[in-house]
Amino acid sequence: MTGAGAAIRSVEFRREREASWRELEELVRLVDAKGLRRLTAEQLARLPHLYRATLSSLSVARSISLDRALVLYLESLVGRAYFVVYGTRQHVGRQLADFFTWRWPASVRAARWHILFAIAITVAGVAMAYSLTRNNSDYYYTFAGDMAQGRTPASSTTELHDGLYHSESTSEMLGTFAADLFSHNARIGILAFALGFVAGLPTLLLLFYNGLTLGAFAALYASRGLGWDLWGWLLPHGVTELTAVILCGAGGFLLAHGLVFPGAKPRLDALRDRGRHAAMLVVGAVIMLFVAGLIEGIFRQLVTDIHVRYAVAASTAVLWLAYFGLCGRARERLERGNA
Amino acid sequence: MTDVDDPFVPGLRDLASEKLVRELVTPEGVALRFKLAGAGERAAAFVLDAILQIVLVAAIAIALSTAAGSGASWLRAVITVVSFLVVNFYFAFFEIRWQGQTPGKRRIGIRVIDARGGQLEASSVLARNLIRELEIWTPVRFLILNRLLWPGAPQWAMLVAVAWTLVFLLMPLFNKDKLRVGDLIAGTRVVIQPKVVLLPDLTDGSEAPEIGPVAPRGAAFEFSDAQLAIYGIYELQVLEGVLRQNASDLGYWEAVRTVSEKIRTKLDYAEVVRDDERFLKEFYAALRAHLEKQMLFGQRRVDKHAAKK
Repeated sequence: MTGAGAAIRSVEFRREREASWRELEELVRLVDAKGLRRLTAEQLARLPHLYRATLSSLSVARSISLDRALVLYLESLVGRAYFVVYGTRQHVGRQLADFFTWRWPASVRAARWHILFAIAITVAGVAMAYSLTRNNSDYYYTFAGDMAQGRTPASSTTELHDGLYHSESTSEMLGTFAADLFSHNARIGILAFALGFVAGLPTLLLLFYNGLTLGAFAALYASRGLGWDLWGWLLPHGVTELTAVILCGAGGFLLAHGLVFPGAKPRLDALRDRGRHAAMLVVGAVIMLFVAGLIEGIFRQLVTDIHVRYAVAASTAVLWLAYFGLCGRARERLERGNA
Repeated sequence: MTDVDDPFVPGLRDLASEKLVRELVTPEGVALRFKLAGAGERAAAFVLDAILQIVLVAAIAIALSTAAGSGASWLRAVITVVSFLVVNFYFAFFEIRWQGQTPGKRRIGIRVIDARGGQLEASSVLARNLIRELEIWTPVRFLILNRLLWPGAPQWAMLVAVAWTLVFLLMPLFNKDKLRVGDLIAGTRVVIQPKVVLLPDLTDGSEAPEIGPVAPRGAAFEFSDAQLAIYGIYELQVLEGVLRQNASDLGYWEAVRTVSEKIRTKLDYAEVVRDDERFLKEFYAALRAHLEKQMLFGQRRVDKHAAKK
């Protein structure tokens, strides 16, 4: 090559390195078309190496080359490779294992104040509806409304009692019942979290309303001397379901907290940190609601012995408490130390 | 090969859209630039994904009912759970598996990245997609089911639902980073997947496809240091843009002739020039060599107005 080309350093630079850029380009193309798993072990090992080499080429090109096409090429290539190298981690199985062994319980522990707040709101709703309905049963219609399903102060005590022990549906319908409960509750739970973005006030109302319904039920059954039976009917799935709803509400409060009181951080950073934290709570809660749906839809209809019901309720409570309280503490400390 | 609409291929077009370009610093400390996806691209990707979701639910429902017979008691239960999972976790599933892309995003050529340049965490993906329940599904469900859930709903309730939908749906239009609520709470951005095209070096005749009369190799034109000192980097890259236009384009030869004349006047270039394209290419090579050499000494001459050193 004669002429000016040979004298230009950036041309030499390109000649020396072009082969490795092309190799990276090919690898990135392969990953985008077929996924990271399809690379051979050797290709997989080359990828970060080539990425860093091309990244350094980009830095050099920016300082020595005035060939705009070259700099733009390297920028796009590094950008594409960056997606591959810094995209989400691939091992879905490992991620799931991490989630259950420490991330989820750790995020629940970290959100304890928001969870306590959500519990307080719910309890306030229960207490208010309970005391009002005990004094004047007309309030029942206000609070329980569409959830009543024929269980109203007008029903006789026998009817109410039978409702708690009689399996209303044939066993064939149980699965459907459980699935409907799950998807309905999970949707409400996700919404309670998402409404945190509207400063959390709707989340608060949702939790309070949930408490009101519960309190109205409790008051109605208690007035007929069926309180013990009602909780036996409610708690086997209720422990799990209520905990899940509380977690979703706490997720909403986390979001609202980041939005309204970002603290020392810039608002967007605070929102981002809490949003991600809240997402962990909510995904876990959806899984809990699935479990609750199974218990409610199937177990409760099949088991009518009140002692078994209470035993199940107590054991779910102990299990969740132990899980959230103890699981993954060592790993959490380790990760904190690394961070 | 040169796609003028592509923001990362030289030409003058990309300067116009600079306001959508965001810089991100990789963990290695190198700044990368990405162009944010526009509202149209994102809407198109979403529509594709929504269609795919519907098709997916329908296909699973049909497959299950043919396999089990429509009377099977567990059928509705399974379909309920599956459609819940598809509606709420379709986006998260693909964005985790496909490094920030869904089938719709892949088709359109956009992708989700972490706004700070770090790894795209699963928790970010989940957070940005769980919010869709608030942004889209709740208002839609409310609009469709309104009459069922709340018979005789007053007009204002409908208006609230419509307003709600619009506020969240149109939010990406009203902030400079094109963020929807999900991006806001997850710290993510949606960017255009850059196209990777390495164009031949203009100074390297051996690779460039030769168009027009093949000129004898070797420098035919000479430029003095004074002549090379007239222009700066900006003019060099405008010239690169001119030369990289497709030679079969209508205005190419016209542009080459005009630019060549302009430059020759400015340089006071005495010799007669028959081949304007060759003249420009050689001037480009000489100017680039000159400016790059200056850069080595730490002098970066931005454009022709910059003071001479």
